[in-house]
Amino acid sequence: MGIGLHNSEFKNPVIRWVDQRLPVFTMMQKEYGTFPTPKNFNYFWNFGALAMVTLMVMILTGVFLAMNYTAHTSMAFDSVERIMRDVNYGWLLRYIHMNGASMFFIVVYTHIFRGMYYGSYKAPRELLWMTGVVIFLLMMATAFMGYVLPWGQMSFWGATVITNLFSAFPIIGDSIVTWLWGGFSVDNPTLNRFFSLHYLLPFVIAGVVFLHIAALHITGSNNPLGVEPKGPQDTIPFHPYYTIKDSFGLVIYFVVFAVLVFFIPNYLGHPDNYIPANPLVTPPHIVPEWYFLPFYAILRAVPDKLGGVLMMFGSIALLFVLPWLDGSPVRSMRFRPLARPFFLLWVVAVVVLGYVGGKPAEEPFVTISRFAAAYYFAYFLVILPLLARIERPLPLPESISRPVLRGGGPLPAGAAAKPMEKA
Amino acid sequence: MKLSIKAVALGAALLLAPLTARAVGEATTYPEVHFSFDGIFGSFDRAAAQRGLQVYKEVCSTCHSMHLLSYRNLVDLGLTPEQAGAVAASFTVTDGPNDEGAMFERPGRLADRFRRPYPNDNAARASNNGALPPDLSVITKAREGGAEYIHALLTGFRDPPPGFVMGSGMNYNAYFPGHQIAMPNILNPDQVAYGDQTPATVDQMARDVATFLTWAAEPELEQRRAMGVKIILFLIVLAGLTYALKRKIWADLH
Ligand code: HEC
Ligand code: HEM
Repeated sequence: MGIGLHNSEFKNPVIRWVDQRLPVFTMMQKEYGTFPTPKNFNYFWNFGALAMVTLMVMILTGVFLAMNYTAHTSMAFDSVERIMRDVNYGWLLRYIHMNGASMFFIVVYTHIFRGMYYGSYKAPRELLWMTGVVIFLLMMATAFMGYVLPWGQMSFWGATVITNLFSAFPIIGDSIVTWLWGGFSVDNPTLNRFFSLHYLLPFVIAGVVFLHIAALHITGSNNPLGVEPKGPQDTIPFHPYYTIKDSFGLVIYFVVFAVLVFFIPNYLGHPDNYIPANPLVTPPHIVPEWYFLPFYAILRAVPDKLGGVLMMFGSIALLFVLPWLDGSPVRSMRFRPLARPFFLLWVVAVVVLGYVGGKPAEEPFVTISRFAAAYYFAYFLVILPLLARIERPLPLPESISRPVLRGGGPLPAGAAAKPMEKA
Repeated sequence: MKLSIKAVALGAALLLAPLTARAVGEATTYPEVHFSFDGIFGSFDRAAAQRGLQVYKEVCSTCHSMHLLSYRNLVDLGLTPEQAGAVAASFTVTDGPNDEGAMFERPGRLADRFRRPYPNDNAARASNNGALPPDLSVITKAREGGAEYIHALLTGFRDPPPGFVMGSGMNYNAYFPGHQIAMPNILNPDQVAYGDQTPATVDQMARDVATFLTWAAEPELEQRRAMGVKIILFLIVLAGLTYALKRKIWADLH
């Protein structure tokens, strides 16, 4: 491409003028208009769009909350309640933001499940998958710090427990914790920096989402069959087919969201967070938000503190290297008769971990959490690598539009064909 | 379709997980009470909430603050501004400093926050056997069981069972965690004289004050539910239209 005006195809003179100088319209048209998309998506493919919308909802409500929120230990709790009472529709903003965090995790967990079930992390989408894991990590950090802001009992004690984990590291542990706190306990400096970071990180997430989408538009989307589109007969333009399908999914999603916000806004929360933070009174059970419970359970499953912390971080680190742990060339679990049940069992293990994570650390929950955690790791480190060698996949369809089943075996070599080049 | 059912199941499992995980510790069941705001379409029984205000004002407010509320909020409870002003004026609040730099006392106004019974937490503790009477502004959101728990607590004072060792100055309560509470059994029959001739039984007063406290904790509840109904109906219609459009657009593909 030489220097000079972009060769715009738009007719409208104003749009054309802009597009020639800054081809954002051409880009949108290419990435969201004509973008060739496999024609066989199921509704699991809605969740990326849902996550994107949720991020925007969180940023919008968050910015307006921040206009009325006070990040000071003596005022934070009351300022949130003031939002609920005296700010016009403040209760709506706050309940959307509060439940939006939960909805965000429901969506992203489903999105991750989709990726794991249909093998979307495999070549050539490794970086696409890894940027996704980065988003997930940033979300966890953001939600954790957001939960501290209302400065209730769970805010304070959750922050204390989680930041204290870093003290498990030998020699430097205590210094890290002091550094995180900005003092010698969770206090005003901690709240202040958490607010600053809570405001910042969502925009970092937005940046990584941009990379995520950029990577997606290089490799193209995976699909429920896990075989790459072989030509134009296998794809349809993103617009109007998937814009309308995503819109429908979005409306259904908003119904669920609205039920939470308008009818059971505190259902997913913990009553103790309506008690102002008190460093002198420890709540009987300190539990993190529900979306952290599986990882919290892994943490507690290990008798040794440092070991638990390492296992907890390790459980997420494994997601990063998943593309290399699973050596099977077949993407979709539909064609993996052995991997499929093992994977679904892994999902059960995660749900079980979430369940015991909310229980007190006593029997039988401790034993259950150990078995579930062991399976969590075994799936990645033993089962997947092993299956890549011994599993005989079902016959793969030749292409998306001709699911004629002939012969079996692994994917044909040209699996990584780029759909964009064919359109 | 099969998979979208799975997606729903997964979503449901994720939603239910915290519910089950919530049932931590000893599961106490509270006496069955019906509140006007129960269910998803319930609203506040104004008469009950106003009686509850009377109970709070005449009984609870000697120990418990509700500092997130202002007297002006009582207008939302169905009081006229004059009546709310009269409630405010029945309390003496400290204001100042004035031009001479001195603090002074004056009758409460609509714009004032509910008056705190004690100047600070230590004073509150000193008068209550070392225990701090919690602020009641959001108490129904801050306790498992909400209004039901408040009602149970207030009607749950008993003689301790034989052999139960009580700390000095503590009272036995069937529903308080640990059963020893520093709050005395303050509700006795006809403790308050209701203006509307409702018999002031302990159960009635407990229910009324629980209604009042729920309103205080969630003053937006009625507006929220009404808005929710409208929005969800709208979304369902929109979903139908969007689905029809989706079918139409996709029709040429199959
Ligand atoms: C004589 C002072 C006094 C009066 C009057 C009083 N309380 Fe209390 N209340 C206390 C004290 C002290 C505590 C703290 C108890 C403890 O922590 O052991 C308390 C605790 C409570 C709690 C919290 C229980 C829990 O689960 O932690 C509620 C709810 C409550 N009171 C409601 C009321 C209501 C409603 C009224 C009016 C009908 C009332 N109180 C009147 C002194 C009082
Ligand atoms: C990734 C997106 C985000 C997530 C997951 C998230 C999550 C959370 C959570 C879990 C809470 C605690 C809710 C509660 O219990 O009250 C919270 C509070 C808060 N958030 Fe966010 N948030 C996000 C984005 C933002 C942004 C972009 C801003 C500001 C620009 C913001 C501002 C606030 C404020 C001011 C509060 C305190 C008020 C409150 O607690 O309701 N948030 N957030």
